[in-house]
Amino acid sequence: MAGKKSLYMKRVDGRKIDEVRPMIAEIGIVPSADGSASFETGGTKAIAVVRGPRTLHPQHMQDPKTGVLRVNYGMMPFSVSDRIRPGPSRRSEEISKVVEWALSSVVDLSGFPNTVVDVFIQIPKADAGTRVAGLNAASIALAHAGIPMREMISAIAVGKVDKTLVVDVNKEEEDFHDGEGSTDIPLAVTSRSKEIALLQLDGKISPDELMKVIEMGKKACEDVLKVQIEVLKSGSVGDE
Amino acid sequence: MVSEKRQVVVPGETIVSGREFLPGEGAYRDGIDVVSGRYGIMNIFEKHVRVVPISGAYYPRRGNTIIGTIVDITFNGWLIDFGGAQNAFLSVAEVPRYVNKNEMREFLDFGESVIVKVWDVKSRGVDVSMKMRGFGKIEGGMIVSIGANQVPRVIGKEGSMVRIIKNATGCDITVGQNGKIWVSGHNIDDEIAVKKIIEFIADNVTTNGLTERVEKFIKGMGLNVSKDDVEIVAENTDGEEG
Repeated sequence: MAGKKSLYMKRVDGRKIDEVRPMIAEIGIVPSADGSASFETGGTKAIAVVRGPRTLHPQHMQDPKTGVLRVNYGMMPFSVSDRIRPGPSRRSEEISKVVEWALSSVVDLSGFPNTVVDVFIQIPKADAGTRVAGLNAASIALAHAGIPMREMISAIAVGKVDKTLVVDVNKEEEDFHDGEGSTDIPLAVTSRSKEIALLQLDGKISPDELMKVIEMGKKACEDVLKVQIEVLKSGSVGDE
Repeated sequence: MVSEKRQVVVPGETIVSGREFLPGEGAYRDGIDVVSGRYGIMNIFEKHVRVVPISGAYYPRRGNTIIGTIVDITFNGWLIDFGGAQNAFLSVAEVPRYVNKNEMREFLDFGESVIVKVWDVKSRGVDVSMKMRGFGKIEGGMIVSIGANQVPRVIGKEGSMVRIIKNATGCDITVGQNGKIWVSGHNIDDEIAVKKIIEFIADNVTTNGLTERVEKFIKGMGLNVSKDDVEIVAENTDGEEG
C-alpha cells in the first residue's frame, strides 16, 4: 500500500469498517407461495418467493435424477433513482445464475426428480449489495418452503474503498471515485461448513487484501446468519 | 407424537451430538453430530431424530387422505393432481368396482374430484387407492382449499375441531391432508357457513385457545355449538405413521 494513507478513512454513514447495516428479515410475506421471505439491509431490500417442488415444463428440461433449482432475479423499475427497464437484462441474468449456483450448493432436490423449485427474487429498493440481500432472502425463503437443505447460506458484500476495506458497502461507497476508486466483492458463506458458495470481484485488489476481504466477509456473514436463524425460529411461534 | 423436546430447527443446525442417535427424515449425520436438513420441528424418539416440516408445500405420506382432480387418463389408471410435486396415480385395480378399460372416462372423467388414500410414496410419484369406505368420487358439495400446514388445526385433537363444525352445521366434512376439504350439506348456506369457519381457522392457526375462539365465531354466526358426539370418523391429526 505504498505507505500512503487511504483517502477513505471515515465511512459516510458513520459505521465501523466491519459493521453491517441494520438488518430486518421477515418470513411468510407472500401467503400464496410455498415459502417467502424479505431481507433488508439499510437502503436495500430483497423479496424472495419460493414455489415448488412442482412438475417442470417444458418436459425436455426435466432431470430424471434430481429436481432442478431455478432462480430469477430482478430489480423493480422504481428501486433506484433512474428507472430500471423491467424485464431480463444482462446483469439480472448473470445475478440469477450466480445466485442459483450458490444456492444449489446447499439445497438437495434429489428426492424430487423431474420437478423444479422456483426462486423469485425481486428488489423493491436498492442501495448496493442487492445480490447478497437477494441471496440472504432466498436462503430464508427456501428454508421456509421446507426444501431439504444441508445448511443455510449467508452473504455479504465487502468493498475496497480507495485503500480501506469495508464490510457491507452502500451505494455511496460503491460510487467512490477518488484514489484507487471502489471495488466490491460479494461473498456467500454456508452456515455449517463455512465454505464459500459465491465470490465475485470486479475491480482491482491484491491477493493479500483479498484474503483479508474473505476473512472480514466470513465474520460479517455470522451476523447475517444470526438474523436469518432468528427470523426462522421466531416466525413459527405457535405454528403447528 | 412423543417427543422429548419440541423445538424449531434451521437447516445446518446441530440437533444432537452422539453416535447413538440415528438421523431420520429431515436430518443427516455430520461426524458426531446429527444435523437438521430442513426447517421444522425436531423430534427425538428413542434415539431416532426427525425434523417435521412446519411450512412449505405438501409432501404426501403413506396413509394420508388426499383430495385431488383427474388430470390425465392412462391405459391402466388415472393421474390425479393434488397440489404436490408430482401427480398421484390411481390404478384401475385400486377402484372399488370393475372398470372397462376402454370406457375409463365413464367412471372418472377429466376434472372430476376424488377422495383417495395414499398407498405408497416413491420419489417418482404417489400411488393412491380408493378401495376403502369413505373414499371415492366427489359428487355435490364444495371443496375448500387451505394450506397443508393448517390442516392439523382444522382437524383438531383427535378430530375435535371437525366434530364441532359438523355438529354446528350438520354438514359432512372430509379433510384431505393436502389442504383440500370437501364439504357436503343439505343446502348451500350450511356449506358456506362451513367454508367461513374453516377460513376463520386457517387465518388463526397461530393463536392459542383456538377451539374457544372458533366456538365463539360459530355462535356469532347464529349456529349452535352442541357437545353431543354423533358418528365421528376421527381423522389422523398430522399424518404420523402408526
